Amino acid sequence: MPILAQGAPVNVKVYALSTCIHCKNAKKFLDEHNVPYEAVHLDQAQGDERKQLVEEVKKYNPACSFPTIVLNGGDRVVVGFRKSELEEALGL
Amino acid sequence: MTAEKLYETLKKIQEPKGNYFNKDLENMTMPLLEGLLENKKTYGYMVCPCRIASGEYEQDRDIICPCAYREPDMKEYGACFCGLYVTEEWNAAPEEEHEYVPERRPPEKLAF
Repeated sequence: MPILAQGAPVNVKVYALSTCIHCKNAKKFLDEHNVPYEAVHLDQAQGDERKQLVEEVKKYNPACSFPTIVLNGGDRVVVGFRKSELEEALGL
Repeated sequence: MTAEKLYETLKKIQEPKGNYFNKDLENMTMPLLEGLLENKKTYGYMVCPCRIASGEYEQDRDIICPCAYREPDMKEYGACFCGLYVTEEWNAAPEEEHEYVPERRPPEKLAF
């Protein structure tokens, strides 16, 4: 069942790179659908913080590819900018 | 170096070999080339804009553009992982026929 369709507020976290085009397009897609989200840009983090964030992404997506979109703390994880999967997951 | 200059330079080298730039210049190719130039400034080499770099040249070698995975990805999907390089057929096909290219780089290559 789509997360938004359940009527509960959805928490969306986008693990991204500032240079990544699929990340840019995913964020644009969420903006266009008025879905609030938190974007975390791993390439803008340094040293230990970056390592820590990579570990965090790996928990949801072992390949640590971008974007990794985490819904409601991991209820659903969408890897890459897959429009139809996102639409389905968010009930758009 | 500007993204436009990089585009012209690479186009001459890559297209005769069958590696075409994504025809969506505005939303794909030019921002990706900007990303490559930004990474050159940050890391000293043009590492893939869609992958996380370690900053160590040896560890990032397989993801320096054109990455080691471009050829198999273009063969299988008609496009590389980030979508900068595509085949002529991919450019000619309607968007809905484009399959999303999954990450081929083995997770153990991640230097973190």
